[in-house]
Amino acid sequence: MVAQILFLVLTLAAIALFTVNLRKIIRNIRLGKPVDRNDQPQKRLMTMLRVAFGQSKMVVRPIPAFLHFFVYIGFVIINLEVLEIMIDGLFGTHRIFNGLGSLYNFLIGSFEILAFTVWVSCVIFLIRRNVIKLKRFSGVEMKSWPKSDANYILITEILLMSAFLLMNAADAKLQLLGASHYISAGAFPVSQYLMNILPSTESALIIVERSCWWFHIIGILAFLNYLPYSKHFHILFAFPNTYFSNLEPKGEFTNMASVTNEVKAMLDPSFVPAETEPGKFGAKDVTDLSWVNLMNAYTCTECGRCTSVCPANITGKLLSPRKIMMDTRDRITEVGKNIDKHGTEHQDGKSLLDDYISREEIWACTSCNACVEACPVNIDPLQIIMELRRFAVMEESQAPASINAMLGNIENNQAPWKYSPADRFNWAQEN
Amino acid sequence: MNLILDNTTMEFKVPTMAELMAAGEEPEILFWVGCAGSYDERAQKITRDICKILHHVGIKYAVLGTEESCTGDPAKRAGNEFLFQMQAMTNIEVLNAYNIKKIVTGCPHCFNTIKNEYPGLGGSYEVIHHTQLIQDLINEGKLKAEGGESFKGKKITYHDPCYLGRGNGIYEAPRKALEVLDAQLVEMKRCKSNGLCCGAGGAQMFKEPEKGKKDINVERIDEALETNPQFIAAGCPFCMTMLSDGIKLKDKEQEVKVLDIAEITARANGL
Repeated sequence: MVAQILFLVLTLAAIALFTVNLRKIIRNIRLGKPVDRNDQPQKRLMTMLRVAFGQSKMVVRPIPAFLHFFVYIGFVIINLEVLEIMIDGLFGTHRIFNGLGSLYNFLIGSFEILAFTVWVSCVIFLIRRNVIKLKRFSGVEMKSWPKSDANYILITEILLMSAFLLMNAADAKLQLLGASHYISAGAFPVSQYLMNILPSTESALIIVERSCWWFHIIGILAFLNYLPYSKHFHILFAFPNTYFSNLEPKGEFTNMASVTNEVKAMLDPSFVPAETEPGKFGAKDVTDLSWVNLMNAYTCTECGRCTSVCPANITGKLLSPRKIMMDTRDRITEVGKNIDKHGTEHQDGKSLLDDYISREEIWACTSCNACVEACPVNIDPLQIIMELRRFAVMEESQAPASINAMLGNIENNQAPWKYSPADRFNWAQEN
Repeated sequence: MNLILDNTTMEFKVPTMAELMAAGEEPEILFWVGCAGSYDERAQKITRDICKILHHVGIKYAVLGTEESCTGDPAKRAGNEFLFQMQAMTNIEVLNAYNIKKIVTGCPHCFNTIKNEYPGLGGSYEVIHHTQLIQDLINEGKLKAEGGESFKGKKITYHDPCYLGRGNGIYEAPRKALEVLDAQLVEMKRCKSNGLCCGAGGAQMFKEPEKGKKDINVERIDEALETNPQFIAAGCPFCMTMLSDGIKLKDKEQEVKVLDIAEITARANGL
């Protein structure tokens, strides 16, 4: 009974804490500017099913795709087992679903195999990061916390899977001993090999089984609450992020409606623009970005596929699309903390542009969309870069001198170079 | 016949919209030349070859001539939405006044901008890139690869322009236009949706690159040269500049030619 109450309290506390943090993140995302992404629900649903559920963009790199698939499938399916653990924990039952008979044995057997593949995959992932030191996982933005974050996640998953398998091994051994309460249920294709390393007395086995059971479930609850602080949040946000992702051709950039009004008024003095909120052009800080940009930032799991295909980054420039996303998340988190501490009106005098992302970074972008194409969860770093450029150019007139010259040429000669409009058709001169 | 040897002049007249309108006629398609195609000496050759193809197959086409102006693409990518929309709306006024329905562009940037960004500002047209036009003409049997230079068995590698490929998902048309040559098409390691930018997009064409350890076009040329090509095929005047500069830097101008797909098509047909 004490165990059941303790379990209930822990579970409720974990869910409550997670809810508080999730709501903070959703509030922070809502600090972004509105953008309509509710059109074409069917196409959006299909995109989410294909890209997030179906992992369609992962297959470009087969080895990590294969390993990630195991961890992903393991995560989704082993959570069925968590449901049983929850019910057992609350009602003091043991393996409540064993009434399913052979289906139950099949399920437990499958979970074991999945747990093992997750375990192996995570070990390989750790080796890739820390022993082989793949280039994709390094970079200026991958120091300190982001580096540890990845390792913490992998180690936690390895520990959770180990506990799950050890628990099953102890359970299987107790079943063989005919211990009361440990009804004969489940199949143990993996953990049967662990039985030998366990003690042989019933009391010791019960201690092992119970410890692993508690470690596993407390671990899961703790991990749930780690998510909002971690890059691992993608396991939840990959789904809404792909659902609300851009469905238009990647080459198409948004036309700013506020500018359209002004340009129409300039070209046609009789035009009366609809009332629009005066705002700044482009983005200086995260709150000038759209809520989709901010959701993108929370979804990023820092895999670095974007940066590894970025032509600027490949050739040694400062720009890294992954850093753009991480900076955006770090800044919106900071803005959110400021609101919690000092209220909504507080200004800390900092901004995304300059305090996080430098001018050198935004001007190194070729807008080639390689980063957008590479992202397995449809994050769009390019849109953020463009919004920062818009602010720099339209609000501050701060662009590299040669860009200003190009803009001047378009304004005066209707071409980016200094040629006379009268000469535009000279190429067709007959002989 | 001097134009086959020296592609600097035209031996037929390129019709303008103003002339067609004066004659009470409408073209089947408007050829949007673009700034590079109009002013850049290297790109002018591509422009003339596109005209030769149009002339050769007998499509009724026209250009805007001096009435054309920048689509606003470089201004938009540089962050100047004002200038972009000024350009766009001025162009849309001209295009709509001429009742334009279909446009072929010689540049993926013009293509992307007119196709995707003009409709929201009141300019909706059917827009195709010149490689799509060439593919269509081949499919319709109007264009073959005969009567000119033979590319049979020649090693050609095609560089995907970002605004045609990733930007608009057009990977097949340019390749189909090359397949008809019976040449040996070789792909670079990074191609199609994984293609590496030439380094000119996003208004980079008009500025010095930020400091780094290598120029993007050199990175791309190194990769192209790994395929050991005789020709590098391009579909964008900016890529053309970047790739040609790369080839010059590598001192490979004699061995490797960078040609636009329109130029290759014109050559193969003896235009």
